[in-house]
Amino acid sequence: MALRELKVCLLGDTGVGKSSIVCRFVEDSFDPNINPTIGASFMTKTVQYQNELHKFLIWDTAGQERFRALAPMYYRGSAAAIIVYDITKEESFQTLKNWVKELRQHGPPNIVVAIAGNKCDLLDAREVPEKDAKDYADSIHAIFVETSAKNAININEVFVEISKRIPVAEAAGGTSVKGFKLGRQASESRRACC
Amino acid sequence: MLAPVDRLRSDRADSPTPGLVEGTEPGAGQKSAIFYHAQSYEDLTTEAEKEAQRATEPDSSEGNDEEEFNALVEEKTPEERLKTNTSPESRTKEEDVSSEEWRSHKKHVFVLSEAGKPIYTRYGTEEALSSTMGVMMALVSFVEAEKNIIRSIHADGCQVVFLTKSPLVLVGVSKTGQSDKELLRELQYIYYQIVSLLTLTQLNHIFQHKQNYDLRRLLAGSEYLTDNLLHRLERDPGLLLSAVTCLPLASSARDVVSSSLQAAKAKNLVFSILLAGDRLVTLVRKKDQFLHHIDLHLVFNLVGSSSSFREGEGWTPICLPKFNTAGFFHAHISYLKPASELCLILVSTDREDFFNMSDCKQRFMERLSKRSAYQAMKDALKCPIYSVAQVGIPELRHFLYKSKSSGLYTSPEFPEVYQSDEEQERLMGLYQDLHSCLHHQTRPLRSFYRCSDMENLLAWVTSGFEVYLCFSPLATKALAVSAVNKLLKWIRKEEDRLFILSPLTY
Repeated sequence: MALRELKVCLLGDTGVGKSSIVCRFVEDSFDPNINPTIGASFMTKTVQYQNELHKFLIWDTAGQERFRALAPMYYRGSAAAIIVYDITKEESFQTLKNWVKELRQHGPPNIVVAIAGNKCDLLDAREVPEKDAKDYADSIHAIFVETSAKNAININEVFVEISKRIPVAEAAGGTSVKGFKLGRQASESRRACC
Repeated sequence: MLAPVDRLRSDRADSPTPGLVEGTEPGAGQKSAIFYHAQSYEDLTTEAEKEAQRATEPDSSEGNDEEEFNALVEEKTPEERLKTNTSPESRTKEEDVSSEEWRSHKKHVFVLSEAGKPIYTRYGTEEALSSTMGVMMALVSFVEAEKNIIRSIHADGCQVVFLTKSPLVLVGVSKTGQSDKELLRELQYIYYQIVSLLTLTQLNHIFQHKQNYDLRRLLAGSEYLTDNLLHRLERDPGLLLSAVTCLPLASSARDVVSSSLQAAKAKNLVFSILLAGDRLVTLVRKKDQFLHHIDLHLVFNLVGSSSSFREGEGWTPICLPKFNTAGFFHAHISYLKPASELCLILVSTDREDFFNMSDCKQRFMERLSKRSAYQAMKDALKCPIYSVAQVGIPELRHFLYKSKSSGLYTSPEFPEVYQSDEEQERLMGLYQDLHSCLHHQTRPLRSFYRCSDMENLLAWVTSGFEVYLCFSPLATKALAVSAVNKLLKWIRKEEDRLFILSPLTY
């Protein structure tokens, strides 16, 4: 069976549940007291999709402002980006729109964008209507799901949707990730974070 | 490569005496120190003192000014005149800053910008304290306007210590009775903690562009690192002694681990650090590059404070301020096995180096399993600490021993009587007291014996080591003095296991 490596990065405001989504997907576990990610965290998981194996190389980035400048290092060369917001925090949805803009301008041209409205188990505290988010996602041709890492709702589905949208087996190269560089030209990006 | 260990053994005195010089005391490294400057307790404080002196030199009326300020402060900042009763610490950020509870904390730490904007408070919220911090900044600038520098205010059983590290101002308000020097040292650690997140270059850059920038934006989500560091300063003897402790491990096993780590090198790899909780297993460094113990403590604090490295492999920029305040290193941080306590930190100069570092870890792991050293570490982790009874000195309850030349210390577990958190903190407080007496700015002491109803303590510092012993109140001074020799002999016998005697470089 053919193995494809897909680089996926998670972006979004701090505390929206990026790490929890990854944790649920990779290990099927949930820790309510998880600490904020520092820098970025790398994990992999291989799943079967039709007659291919998709190995997701997942970059779970920190949402904190001070790591913001490092994001290009992670979305560069990504096959997909999952942008996460918290349905109980309107502000996190605004941050999401900024991420979409940034990906448009600086991200890889064919990147698959998935929008995940996390914490959908907290319906009582909802601030972002599902319809608004869905309409926005449609307007930018992004995958849209509301998820709950806590209750394991729609987590695998996000990744299945990504598998579906990834262009079928391009010629070798393309998304084959072996030996890809984490970064742009070093000289260009060196100053970004200081 | 490891042969010199045995050969050198014969050069070392079998029966160490307190007159040992630096480099031959028990626990001293064989080849070279791991750290940049192992005896650097003074590192932390001299810098601030020098600056303070420089600033005060032109004006000789400093003493008078300070007295005036004692009076001024009592009028101006009632907030700082905290009552001396202590209540159990509640670490909630939401605490009301006008409440008695907030005031009764033993030690407050505030960080503000030179524009007087709040950056950090240990208790309560920064917003609620903006006027208090404004007053603090007013005090600092008022004294500065006279080409002077405010160092501390003593009032009502409470000390206020100022540390100006442009573009930041740090203020400590304490009722612990620690010396100004000790408090300054702690503030310095907090300063370095903030620099390690942002670099000094970035800090300067930000405030040059926008003087009233709200730095909390950049520090959001990292406050717990500072909280934890403050907690460590109260509890961890390593921070007091400017030293690090090791996981007790047979030297044969440690040598295998070290050489496996040494073999897993890469072009931009500068330091490989293996931790077991708060204990160092080994550290391999690039030739001619030294890690300062402060930087290492910041790394301990980063790894120990966050569960986020438990999942997958972490990759984060980190500034090691004692190495270079201007730039970031990039650290690959991961646990050797999912539920293991063993955490590997690979520090690279290149931010694109993640996969190289990941590969180094793989190679290290392969070597470890080939030479079955992982199991040895796992066994050592089952009893990561020893009992003081093993030393065989009657009435000895606990001790701290630091080898100055290696910058490493060893200490047994707390005995039954110091099991509770309060008792441990009390004992650490006693050690802190002794420490500040030994390292007093103008009247340093070589030894100090102190009796109380609860315990008798002996502290002794030589050019080679520093030792603090805690005895039951039944012990006598004669017994305590003879115990030092016995203890040194025991440590000499066990040094293979307790210390890293042959640190490696790539």
